[in-house]
Amino acid sequence: MRKLSQSTLLLLAGALTLAGCGRSVGDEANAAAPSPSADQTQQPSASPSAEPSKSPVEITFYYPVNVGGPLTKVIDGMAADFTAKHPDIRVKPVYTGNYGDNTVKVQAGIQAKQPPDVAVMMSTELYSLLDMDAILPLDDLIAKDADFNASDFYEAFLEDTRTEGKTYSVPFQRSTILLYYNKDLFKAAGLDPEKPPQTWDELVEDAKKLNRDGHQGLEIPGNDDSYWMFQMFARQAASDPKANIMSDDGKKAMFDTPENVGALQFWIDLSRKHKAMPEGIIDWGTVPTDFIAGKTAMMVHTSGNLTNVKNNAKFDFGVAFPPANKQFGSPTGGGNLYIFKGTSLEKQAAAWTFVQYMTAPEQAALFSSSSGYVGVRKSAYDTEAMKAYTSGFPQALVARDQLAYAFRELSTHNHGKVSSALTNQIQAALSGQTDAATALKLAQQEAEQALAPFNK
Amino acid sequence: MRTGWNERVGRNAFGWGLVLPSLLFLGLFTYYPMFRAARLSLFELNLATPKPRFVGFGNFAALLKDPVFLKVFVNNVWYAAGTVPLAMALAFAMALFADKAIKGRTFARVAFFYPNMIPMIAVANIWLFLYTPHFGLLARLASWVSGQNTSLLGGPHTVLGAMIAMAVWKEAGYFMIFYLAALQQIPKDLYEAASADGASAWTALGRITIPLTMPTTLFVAVIAMTNAFKLVDHLWIMTKGGPNHASSLLLYHIYETSFQFFDQGMAAAMTVAMVALLLLISALQVFGWDRSIHYE
Repeated sequence: MRKLSQSTLLLLAGALTLAGCGRSVGDEANAAAPSPSADQTQQPSASPSAEPSKSPVEITFYYPVNVGGPLTKVIDGMAADFTAKHPDIRVKPVYTGNYGDNTVKVQAGIQAKQPPDVAVMMSTELYSLLDMDAILPLDDLIAKDADFNASDFYEAFLEDTRTEGKTYSVPFQRSTILLYYNKDLFKAAGLDPEKPPQTWDELVEDAKKLNRDGHQGLEIPGNDDSYWMFQMFARQAASDPKANIMSDDGKKAMFDTPENVGALQFWIDLSRKHKAMPEGIIDWGTVPTDFIAGKTAMMVHTSGNLTNVKNNAKFDFGVAFPPANKQFGSPTGGGNLYIFKGTSLEKQAAAWTFVQYMTAPEQAALFSSSSGYVGVRKSAYDTEAMKAYTSGFPQALVARDQLAYAFRELSTHNHGKVSSALTNQIQAALSGQTDAATALKLAQQEAEQALAPFNK
Repeated sequence: MRTGWNERVGRNAFGWGLVLPSLLFLGLFTYYPMFRAARLSLFELNLATPKPRFVGFGNFAALLKDPVFLKVFVNNVWYAAGTVPLAMALAFAMALFADKAIKGRTFARVAFFYPNMIPMIAVANIWLFLYTPHFGLLARLASWVSGQNTSLLGGPHTVLGAMIAMAVWKEAGYFMIFYLAALQQIPKDLYEAASADGASAWTALGRITIPLTMPTTLFVAVIAMTNAFKLVDHLWIMTKGGPNHASSLLLYHIYETSFQFFDQGMAAAMTVAMVALLLLISALQVFGWDRSIHYE
């Protein structure tokens, strides 16, 4: 009797384990790779010999959302519309968190040999993805596709889709840096609200005048990806209209040039010398909050905040190009659509059809007007939806017009290490731990070390 | 003899059989990954070296020369030195209060414990607001004390202290629960005897309460110490380890190395170093201290 109960207990324990195992494995398979066969197992009535030619191609689409607002609904809606128009393709959109989480999930997929078919990732991930041998060059697909008009995309956005003669992505959710200013506070300080500062000198002058009545004149965020703001100052300070802080092939960093030192020095001087801005490192996230609350009269921030400011600011605000020194300039930012290797040709073709659809003029217009991101192609601005949006909100056009002065965001091999080397040293300089020249010299050394294996 | 042998096998097999299911999962999801990480720590594997290359203890040697790792390690030591004693002392004081307070006892307990109910991410968001320059309560306090506008999270000298204050607030309530349980275990007649002998409340605290809660103190110290290395969620929300690594902690740096720099060999080496360190600390605490604190 005792023996029997013992073995029953063991059997029960074993059975429970197996049951637990079975379910978890099944769930995983469902979540990770929703294939037509997985659907069929849930419907035992379906005939086991389904013809693959008739079942739709299913592709997974990973996307991050980095700005406030119900953007997931917009993207899921676009994917649903696509599926409705292309019954032979079924898109499964997967919202993956912010850009960082998204990269981790895609990376996990690549290692498990189950990458998504298509994903929105930072334009700066290009070299990392190439080094992982994870993404597909799109040249053949573009060549075969008569509808895809590459020259309709803004050149500034195309720069970071290409390297060494090949194209690897299509611009999707893109931004630039803008100067936002509070017209009411301009009036209160005796400044012309229709004349935002155009040059560095005017910026300093206006910010000093605006620094009164308990609010700041200007705020520029110094944490998160500080290198992005630094790129803006560096281009404005450069005499070469094509100057950037890295080489086009992503193998060399040019951080510590005298012009760049001058650019970082100006950033530091804004607070320490001119007292036009609070000292130390200003938080990326609190800058728009401060601006909306009227705690700062001007801010330099991503165009991705246009919608946020538009919806929440209780005052009349203007946007302008960030002021120039030797020239205007802003790096572009944001994400592109990539198609992944390691899937069937059929899926890759379906993924291309989807990419094409998502970046077509109507969709680009819809996405831009509902998110505040810059429309990625010229014809998007000719659509009715976009005309309605921009006539009611002309500020959105400033971000587009600035594309003439926009250029590629810092993107290199070993991007994580190179960009954080620069970001950390910029922070050290802004917080007064080192001077501009030393900071950039150290960043240069660290970047060269990280890039050394790629220059062999 | 023979039956005895059989019986022993039978009993052992039954025991193993019961342990087996959980052992299987532990092995699959804990020990095997640990072994894999330890193995990976001997290889170079990063974006420049997509195929793993055996380097022996090369990763560990590189760690000792890596200024960022050393900085982050020292940060973590300060963070632990700041949070562990403070959180424990506060927990003990709160437990004494929550044990004694007659009116509002439940309220006191709930109020003390509630920070622990909130997930770290939410805590980080609340404190981020408290530290926000111009608006935040604590930021205003700091500005008032220092006489100038202060960004606590933006300053390399203040950011770690700001994190420690938050961690103490969050952790103390959790440790209080253990102390509260320990206090209720102490026989009341000890206190009665002490007061009959004319001992003051302070003497009773020093001679009865503190010695008799020592096993709990040891337990809490181990938990607090490991938590100081384990709880890093707030860094994503508040500082991302900045400015210039001033607030970065070991586990965060491991994540950064693995998932932002894709330097998996180095990340594995750091993981091994951290696990070894934590094992060492808890072993010292448990085996070194354990003997002198139990009263029967």
